[in-house]
Parts: sequence; C-alpha cells; structure tokens
Amino acid sequence: MGAHGIDTLRLSAEDALGLLERGEATSRELWEAYRAAIDAQNPELNAFLTLVDEPEGDGIPIAIKDVISTKGIRTTAGSKILEPYVPVFDATVAARCKAASMPCLGKTNTDEFAMGSSTENSAYGPTHNPWDLDRVPGGSGGGSAAAVAAGLAPWALGSDTGGSIKLPSAFCGNVGLRPTYGTVSRYGVVAFASSLDQVGPVTRNVRDNALLYRIISGRDVHDSTTVDVPPVLLPESEDLKGLRIGLPRQLNDLDGIEPGVKAAVASAIALAESLGAEIDECELPLSVDYGLPCYYLIAPAEASANLARFDGVRYGARSDGPDFREMVMRTRHDFLGDESKRRIMIGTYALSSGYYDAYYGTAQKVRTVIKREHDALFEKFDLLISPTCATTAFRLGEKSADPLAMYLTDVLTIPSNMAGLPGLSIPCGLSDGLPVGLQLVGPQFSENLLYRAGHALEGAIGFDPVPGRLA
Amino acid sequence: MSGETGVTWEPVIGLEIHVQLKTETKMFCRCKNGAGGEPNSQTCPVCLAFPGALPVPNRRAIEETVKLGLALGCTIADRAVFHRKNYFYPDLSKAYQISQYDEPLCSGGSLLVPTADGDIVIGITRAHLEEDAAKNVHVAASGRLHGATATLVDFNRGGSALLEIVTEPDIHSSEVAKRFLQLLRQTVVELGLSDAELEKGSMRFDVNVSVRPAGTTELRTRTELKNMNSFNFAAKGIEKEITRQVAIYESGGVVVQETLHFDPGNEESPPTRSKEEAQDYRYFPEPDLVPIYPPLELVEQLRQQIGELPSARIGRIADTLSFYDADVLVTGSLDRLWSAVVEAGADAKETANVLANAFVAAGIDPAAVDARELAKLVSARSEIPRAVFDEALTHLGDPGFSADPYVAQKAVSDVSELDPVIEAVIAANPGQAEQFRGGKEGLLGFFVGQVMKETRGKADPRVVSDRVRSKLAG
Amino acid sequence: MAISREEVLHVARLARLELTEEEVGRFQEQLSAILEAVSKVSELDLTDVPATSHPLQIANAWAEDVPHTSLTLDEAFANAPDRDGDYFRVPPA
Repeated sequence: MGAHGIDTLRLSAEDALGLLERGEATSRELWEAYRAAIDAQNPELNAFLTLVDEPEGDGIPIAIKDVISTKGIRTTAGSKILEPYVPVFDATVAARCKAASMPCLGKTNTDEFAMGSSTENSAYGPTHNPWDLDRVPGGSGGGSAAAVAAGLAPWALGSDTGGSIKLPSAFCGNVGLRPTYGTVSRYGVVAFASSLDQVGPVTRNVRDNALLYRIISGRDVHDSTTVDVPPVLLPESEDLKGLRIGLPRQLNDLDGIEPGVKAAVASAIALAESLGAEIDECELPLSVDYGLPCYYLIAPAEASANLARFDGVRYGARSDGPDFREMVMRTRHDFLGDESKRRIMIGTYALSSGYYDAYYGTAQKVRTVIKREHDALFEKFDLLISPTCATTAFRLGEKSADPLAMYLTDVLTIPSNMAGLPGLSIPCGLSDGLPVGLQLVGPQFSENLLYRAGHALEGAIGFDPVPGRLA
Repeated sequence: MSGETGVTWEPVIGLEIHVQLKTETKMFCRCKNGAGGEPNSQTCPVCLAFPGALPVPNRRAIEETVKLGLALGCTIADRAVFHRKNYFYPDLSKAYQISQYDEPLCSGGSLLVPTADGDIVIGITRAHLEEDAAKNVHVAASGRLHGATATLVDFNRGGSALLEIVTEPDIHSSEVAKRFLQLLRQTVVELGLSDAELEKGSMRFDVNVSVRPAGTTELRTRTELKNMNSFNFAAKGIEKEITRQVAIYESGGVVVQETLHFDPGNEESPPTRSKEEAQDYRYFPEPDLVPIYPPLELVEQLRQQIGELPSARIGRIADTLSFYDADVLVTGSLDRLWSAVVEAGADAKETANVLANAFVAAGIDPAAVDARELAKLVSARSEIPRAVFDEALTHLGDPGFSADPYVAQKAVSDVSELDPVIEAVIAANPGQAEQFRGGKEGLLGFFVGQVMKETRGKADPRVVSDRVRSKLAG
Repeated sequence: MAISREEVLHVARLARLELTEEEVGRFQEQLSAILEAVSKVSELDLTDVPATSHPLQIANAWAEDVPHTSLTLDEAFANAPDRDGDYFRVPPA
C-alpha cells in the first residue's frame, strides 16, 4: 500500500519534510497518503476517534491525543461526558502546531481522562496494538502510539502523567518523550493531575522527536507553571563518549521483569558501553517501592478536583434531575467511567478532613524523598537507564478486571515522573515479536542529552519500527 | 447587658468582610471586571472552566491585597500560596474556588476604632485573596402550571478578585461593629482598592455573634448572621441576636450553632435559620499556581503609597477639635479640606462647624473646592448677611469661584442707615411695641425679623437686635 | 476492609457521584485494595521532610491587569446543554 506511492509505514516526519522540500510530493498528497492508511487500518485499530476531513495547513500532518483541545474539532478525552464537546479554543500546543502549518489528521484514542495504562478505559473502545491486534497498545495514549506505529500519522502528540507517553511508546515500538515538567504548556489540555501532566511527542525516531519537541515546548503566558527552555538541538552524534550512565538496581532488577525484556535491555546496555559510555549500577532505595503509592495518592487527589467541573452545567453531556444536586449526581454517574470514578473517590478520600495528613500530605513528602534520591544520583551520573516496562504488551482484557494489577504496569515510569524529570523511551529490541522499550531518564532540562544518547543508541540498535504483521 | 439572673453578659463579635477589588480584569483571567455588562459577555475558557483552562493571577490584585494588609498593620507573608476550596454549586464553574488557606498574603494586624472614651483596637486575623463566584438567579419558569423553577447563571462576576478580611472576636458591641465596618470601608475606599458599596455588593460581610459572662474569656457557641446589606441593619440584627442569646442562657438553655439568613430587602423580617452541615472543603495547594514571594522592594513601595488612614486622622484632629467634630469630619471625608482651609487662615472650630453643617447641606464636592476661597468665606461669616453666605456656598464648587464679591457684601451695621428702618417698623407695629414694653421679650425676634425683611437680609442682625431693644426701651 | 461502606457513600456524596447498590459494593472492594496499597506511604519516616507541591522551584508568575477579548456569547454557549437567553440554565439549586 501507499497512496501516491508514499509508504507511510516507513516515512519519518523528517523524511516527509524532505519530500515536500524536494517537491517529490505535495502536502495534499502527503495528507491523502495518511488518510488512505487511516481508512484502511483504523477500523481494526481504533487509534483515531475523530478524523478531520480537510487539512488546515500545508506542512507535515500530525495526530493529536484526544485530551488536547483542538478548536472546532471534537475533543472527548476518551469520555462519554464530553462526547458532544467541540472546543472554541486551541490548546497552546495545538496552536503551536498550527502555527507551524501542521494540519491535524484527527484525535487519537485515550484512556478516559488519561487515566489508565492500556487505553481499555476509553469509553469508545480500546485501541489495538498494531504489532498484535489482540494486545493493548499501552495507555493512556495508546491511540497516538498505535497511529504512529501503523503509519497512520508521521508523528503525534501525547500526554504523560504516570507514563502515558513512555509506556505506549514501549509497547508500540515508538520513541516517546515525557518532557521536564514545565517545559510544555498544559493550557487547553484536559487536566488529569496538574502537577504531573505533560504533553510530549510520539514519533518513529529520535530526531523527529526533537523536532516536534522544539515546536511545542517553551514558556506559555497562559500556563503559570511553564518556564523557558534551552534551545532544542537535533542530535547528530553517534557515540556516547564521556557519558556516565547509571542503572538503578530497583528499576532494573525488579521482580517480574520478563526475560525477553531483560535480554533486550541488557543488549542495549552493552551497546551503550561499546559506544563509549561508562555504566555503573546505582540505588534508588525508596523511589521505586514508594513511587507507585505516592503517585496513586497525588494523581487521584488532583484529578478529583480537576474532574469536578464536569457537572453538566456549561458543556458536555447532562442527565436531568429535579434539582441541581440530583442533576449533577446523575450526570456524573451516567457519563463517567469506572476508573474515573475510582480515582475521584480515592482522591476525595485522600484529601478529606481527617485523612489529608495521612494520605495526601504524606504523599507530598514522599515526593520530596523521590526527588532527592534522583538528584543524588545525578551528582554522579548523566543519565539513568532501565526498561520502560517490566513486560511487553499484554493481552486485551488481561488486567482490566484488577485495577491494582493495571496500576503496577507503571511501576518503572512513575518514580522519575514524581520527581518532575524528563524520560525518553526508545525501542531496544523485540521479545517474542513484541517491542521492548528502554527508558532513559535525565535531570531537569536535559532533553538535549536524552536526545543525544537516544539517537546514538537508536543507530546502534537498528530497531525496525514497522510492525511485523504490516511489513 | 444584664439579665434577670444578675449576670452581666458581654457580646463577642467577629466579622468576615469581602471586598471586591476594582481591578480592570478578573483575578485569574483577563476578562473585564465590573458589573453592568450583558450576562455572560465577560467570560472566557478560564472563568467558564472549560476543560484544560488554567488560572493566571492578576498582579495588581496581589499588590492591592498587600497594600491593604500594610494599612492594617499586618505581617506580609514571606511566602503565600493559593489553595483550592472544593464544593459544588452552579455559580462555581470549576467546582472549586481558588482561595488561600494556611499561607495567606497578610496576617496579624489591627484596625483602630477611635471612640469618645478612648481607642479600641480590633485585631485582624488575616486578609487574603480569592476569586468571587458567579451570579445565580433563581426563577420560576414561565408558562408552567406547576410552579417549576430553574436557576439561571451569569458568569460575568465569576472569577473577580475578592479580598477577604477576618477579624478577631474583639468586638463587644453592635455600635463598635458598625464603627469598625464604617472605618474599614473608608480605609478601603481611600486606598483606591474598591468602591465598597454595600447596595451594589462590592462590599459584603458576615457577622459571628456569641455572648459570655463579662469578665470571662471563654468563647461560647456562635451564630452566623448573613445578608445584612447596611451597617444600621447590621447593628440592629446584632442587637436582636445578642438579646436572643442572653435570653436563652438566662433561661438555662443552650445556644445552637446556626446560620441566620436575613432578607436584604427587609430589615424587619426575621431571618431564616439553617443548620448547615459542616462542609468538607478538602483544601489543598493549587497545583496550577506557583507560590508568591512578595518582593521586599515592592512591599516598601506599596507602604509608601498608603498615607494617613481615617482612624489615625480622627485621633490627630481630635487634639484640636472635639472628638465628635474630628469624627464627623474624617468619616464625612471632609478633614482634608478642613486642614487646607485652616492652613489658609480660617479658624479651626468655625471651619469645622461650617463643613459639618452648611457645607454638607449644600451638597458640594470637597474636591471641587478652592480652600483659600472657602477660608475667606468662613472668616467673614459673622460679617456678611446669612443669605449672602448661603448663596456663596452654593457656588463654592464652581470652577474659578472667588469669595471676594460675597465677602464684600458686609451686612449693614451702620446705625445711621438702620435706625430709620427700625423706627419705621416700630411705628408700623404699635401693638407689638406695647406688648414688648409690657414684658413679652419674645417679640424682639418679631421686630428683628421685620427689619431683616425690610432690608432684604442685608442688615447685621446683632446690631438690629441692640438698636430695636434700645429704641423700644425708649 | 480498609474503607467502610459509609465512607464510600460519604466520598461519593462529596464528589457528587450517584452510586447503585451494586456499585457501592464493588467500589468498596476495589477502593479498599487500592487504599491498602497506597497506605504504604505512611511506613516512611518523614520527619523534617518538606512537602513538594511543585516540581519546579518557580514563583511569582502573574500577569498585568490588562483586559483581553472575551468570548462572544455564541462561543460561550457553543457547548451549553441548556441555554436560556443569555444564561446557563440548570435545575433549581
């Protein structure tokens, strides 16, 4: 396949840019090639929830996770409560893409309100992993990851709170960046956990990722929690000379890491050494054990307040009631999904009178401990490496009945998130035909370093991002 | 107050005041602040709480809060933080209000309430910044047979900057409560922070009332009084509640914690009572906003802008005038003009007298007055006819007003001019002359009045009075 | 269980979530398991550890008091479930 002779399965965004610049394809042809791919595969993947018919902009098209507001294009956040909702404003990241002439292909599937690790919590059905349709693409941003992996979009925007970019990127064989907190605007992004949410790029390779991060990052006057960003460099270097890489034992030797994952990560580490990096084991004594409970207190607490605005008054779905209180209770009962309700209730509990100190208050202190442990490591190391996830993509339905089992999927991505640190997931091999993700974590504002290391490793690993069944 | 059991009861009153800051824009978005717009015409994704919207604080609102805190002698926090206060109501678009909890901008100050018997210091617990809710309008749906109602919401006010001031329970009478509110209001208005108009709702207050045996320091159960929209209304409402609580304790009962909702349109109607279930607001630090560390230079700059406040001015002026006069001038916003007129040479007491009475009656704007011209007028007051003085007052606010032509019109006191008129009046009224000579002293006024009428007010009444008396005496 | 039925009903009420009988039971079980897992945070000695509310050490982010262009009425009401003239209408509060 490949409309207009454009093989979207094998085209990076930089490649596509080259086609346009050399006049080998028009932007219209490029658009139509991706549309043809979407029309062919989306019915079985369910990566996109909403498609845009006419391109707005003559640059490289992009897929956008459905928690990101796009003016005039329905934005559901994966929830029935926003099924009819069409924003009248663009999120800042969407506006920046628009300003770079990038037409939006459509909105990609997500766990409801970005809460989940498999995209099975979407009210619009799960997305299927392009590598194996019976498996999850990861979550919450499974739609964006699947779209990029299946050649339905050259690149995509995702959002990451507990690992919602890194994890799907690992499961789908993409490169995904969770940026330093504060470097990408959250204005217009449907809020899940305000002190953790970050929008980031999901791409086929590391250079594309840097290109897209450069477009979306930087201080935004509409978001008080953003800061200026050092200039983003496109990585060129092929080696890792002089780089000190730490391997936290608690991440790398976690119980339950599949042998195939261990093997792929080990070979990537060996490659890193051969590229000139100094590798050493190190310790995150408490961050991994206590990261998950810390996250699953703070994130739901903030979410419980962020989701309270869905009351049927100003937008979204509404269920009738005899009085305001009844209307709100019925609306939220009828249109919010189970995971959202669970998190709202846990969060409300953690903040409630008499429990705040023991739960939310304590979790905020644990967060400080996690940050300090990471800061201490970055005195000695430039980067930390681990698997992104203990397993490869699991089967649909395998964990969806047990919330706790699902939460455990995030155990390796959460600790650095709690510390506000950037993390890059790159594919480092296959295990039983499924992609394995390698997570690189750096100090705050170290994206250029992550990209340099990621690019060099990527070159050495030579991973083929085309899903086997589509090759 | 004393009850029948012989116990003297002391009222214990605390106030919670909300002042709408008159900034150009709202607290967390840049929609226009202020009433009068078409419903929902001053809204945006932030104040409508669209998904993904984020708050951005208004710098001016922060500065004005600090300024008010400084004026009240508060400690300005090194670090101040916004918190989310979570509850559901149609006028609260995010279902949480961004407010301040345990790290407010200002804390620990006081407001001096000068009285004739000495100064009372009312402690200020805190002053903090938050956003206002929108406006709910509860309506009956038209055309419905069964009286169904709805609530309509206008989000124009939603998100406006609100300054909340909380006092210590240091107030022990309704009169002092009223005085406190008046002085606080005047302070806020003079600082330019707000119009603080009760009828318009740009200043609102709730009152907490309890009583205790005089001499004790216990704090008994208090009731909360809401929706009183004038200071007089508040004083009356407080009085009634004090009486009610004393009666309860005197009869061996217990005061129950309640909220009394008054009808702002009707002072006389009894309040409805509610026992509101304790709300769990689940305060937590606002993650979308970063802390405020008020820069020291800024705080100093704001401190310089404050000037002498009403409470202090009353005290200072009461050294020259009586307490009463000082109070009337300052609370009537006339003391600045008084100072200027006195400085221009007029007598302090005379000026105070004129300003407090005739000036106020004439309805002149103090800002329009040239103090030197008014000084001339005040100084010549006893020498010019009353009518001339009054006329001068009516023009006092005109641009370019000069007192000279009025001051020149001295009352006629030349007896050679007055005697003929006096004699003519006496001659025309022989009956009254006879009665006066017979002992009816009061008729003196009649003769003086007739002479004033004949001279069209231009005669000096004191001279006329003397001359009439001596002529009638023969 | 770590969370009682009353507590489930209480937080559901605070969060304005109506729950069916079945949901109360099911959520009680799930929330109890989650609560037990997250309670682990209290195992640590956190004396003298300050809370982290923000990952970045930034302060004093604010804007000048200058008006922007507000939404038009059509934009404000574009997604309104119930518009009555120029008001958002809801059942009586």
